[in-house]
Amino acid sequence: MAGNVSPVSPHDVASVDDVIAALADQRYLADEGLATAVFLALRLRRPILLEGEAGVGKTEAAKALAAWSGGEFIRLQCYEGIDVAQAVYEWDYSRQLLHLRAAEAAGATEGVAVSDLEDELYGERFLVRRPLLRALSASGDDASTPPVLLIDEVDRADDEFEAFLLEILSEYAVTIPEVGEFRAEVPPLVVITSNRTRDVHDALKRRCLYHWLAHPSVEREVEILRVRAPHVSLALARDVALVAAELREMGLYKPPGVAETLDWAEALVLIGTDDLDPDAIEFTVGTLLKYREDQERARARGFGDILSAVLGA
Amino acid sequence: MAPTAERTLDRHLVRFADALRAAGLAVPLISTLEFGRAVAEVGAERRDGVYWAGRATLVHRPEDIPLYDEVFEQQWLGALDRGRPATSPSPVTLLFDEPGGEPEEEVGPESPDGDVLSVRFSRVEVLSARDFAECSDDELAELHGLMARLRFAGESRRCRRMGPSARSGRLDLRRTVRAALRTGGETLSRRYLEPGERPRRLVLLLDVSGSMEAYARALIRFVHAVIVGRRDVEAFALGTRLTRLTRELSTRDPDAALARAAEAVTDWSGGTRLGDGLRLFNDGWGVRGMARGAVVVVLSDGWDRGDPAVMSEQMQRLSRVAHKVVWVNPLKAAPGYAPLAQGMAAALPHVDEFLEGHNLDSLEVLARAITAE
Repeated sequence: MAGNVSPVSPHDVASVDDVIAALADQRYLADEGLATAVFLALRLRRPILLEGEAGVGKTEAAKALAAWSGGEFIRLQCYEGIDVAQAVYEWDYSRQLLHLRAAEAAGATEGVAVSDLEDELYGERFLVRRPLLRALSASGDDASTPPVLLIDEVDRADDEFEAFLLEILSEYAVTIPEVGEFRAEVPPLVVITSNRTRDVHDALKRRCLYHWLAHPSVEREVEILRVRAPHVSLALARDVALVAAELREMGLYKPPGVAETLDWAEALVLIGTDDLDPDAIEFTVGTLLKYREDQERARARGFGDILSAVLGA
Repeated sequence: MAPTAERTLDRHLVRFADALRAAGLAVPLISTLEFGRAVAEVGAERRDGVYWAGRATLVHRPEDIPLYDEVFEQQWLGALDRGRPATSPSPVTLLFDEPGGEPEEEVGPESPDGDVLSVRFSRVEVLSARDFAECSDDELAELHGLMARLRFAGESRRCRRMGPSARSGRLDLRRTVRAALRTGGETLSRRYLEPGERPRRLVLLLDVSGSMEAYARALIRFVHAVIVGRRDVEAFALGTRLTRLTRELSTRDPDAALARAAEAVTDWSGGTRLGDGLRLFNDGWGVRGMARGAVVVVLSDGWDRGDPAVMSEQMQRLSRVAHKVVWVNPLKAAPGYAPLAQGMAAALPHVDEFLEGHNLDSLEVLARAITAE
């Protein structure tokens, strides 16, 4: 994806339009709201907190940002019970043990003070860097391209981890007792996403620029389909976007997101559909609606009826 | 930009933040400062720029977006000289603090004869069995204090965070290596990890529709007592709309908490759309994660003017994700009660425990139901 050289580097952006153009280069079509949040994040060096329904492109936004900046893309997927050992660092214990045994076998532990032995064991050599530490300690050859750190689905982690995250994000530094402090030379560009299964703490929200990603308008969704799935014809893309928009109005349990419409369009192309008809929808509805109840509701209304409602006008 | 123009702009920005606050949005000072910096970056020439700069810095929840839009329209569309926006919060009556309305009932149990000590002692007992619908305000306040004594430790569930274990489990290399250092690198003793435990989340859904009015004013105190009593509790009011009360009720001061809750719930004693309310909860919160593996307690009499099919479907969805669904119906205690209310009948097949909730004693039973494995 990271192909051509972007016209503007993320650190010289002068306007929101620069951001829109640069992200479009990465085949990510951002609306003005998201672009403003990204622009401000770059200028004010703040993390962005993206919330929105599943499948509206939160993670993709971070990837596009990384591809644009050329910085390393580091992803931390949050889950329940995630802790320092999985998020920041861990010691390579098996190697430490082996090292101890080897040193012992070679007779190197004779007369060595325990503290010296410990210093040796807790050297960088045995340090396993997890995503957060990688993002903070990336010095790289070119310090002007900091990594893009995606902290995905932060709502899945627990409160304790969130508090810890807040600490790291305000200092861009982390201390490992045995080694010392790691401080980012250039703070990474941080994108945090949340699906709102629970509220993210206010303090964390205040640290961040906030953007709520909504479902795209029909016109924008057509553009997105054209950009992300170029082999989908314009006519089909428009029909797909119109049906998706109609379904989102039906009060389904899980209204289709952009990810679903993309899958759907691909599926329709695969079964050789040029003009959308009720049968084609019936064959492919599983890519679009992921709940049995939703499929039944759409079916009860009739795919033909939905089609004529959106295309008839 | 000339300094004076800059200052005018700053004043506009601050006034905008003030207007948002007046309209009920929580805008911390730091966000206002951030907003100022953001506008300086984006430029104040374009209306959209200012709009999005504010959205990114002043708004932190999607629910606040409509309010933000409204205030933005007022403040930035030529309405600047009209001064303060007209969106001062509309006065809300504290219905649950109004007199109970059954004065003749109040005389009996608390007639002040006998010595003071025994009256005080018996008062707790009398209050414990007293139907909430017949309590005066003072009694409710006293009950509130008693409710705070109930314990809701809650069921625990295994969590993925590992903790040290005395028994065997997964090998804890970190601590094993640490221990080995003390013995010159010889791993004499092994250390283990086992999964820890966390209390299950508790979700309370309180019906605040008209038919529940007499009980809701007591039960909201109960909800408050639970929220301040333990962690990981979420509370919602179900009426014609769904209102999240967790934040409002997490203030420890009972009066302040109730006042804030009353302000938040705009449909107090309104109509009954229980099924729709549950649907909103499921869509917006419950099925997305809040109710997953949680103990969900519905405090309602089960009166629903909506379609019972909706009720049944939503209760089914809820019971599929929740660990346990407890339905507390204050009417259940009435002699000869049968769950004939359509909503109640539709909900019952999906309920794990069906309890009374008309007095303090019954809430004690509820507290045990929440705590029990």
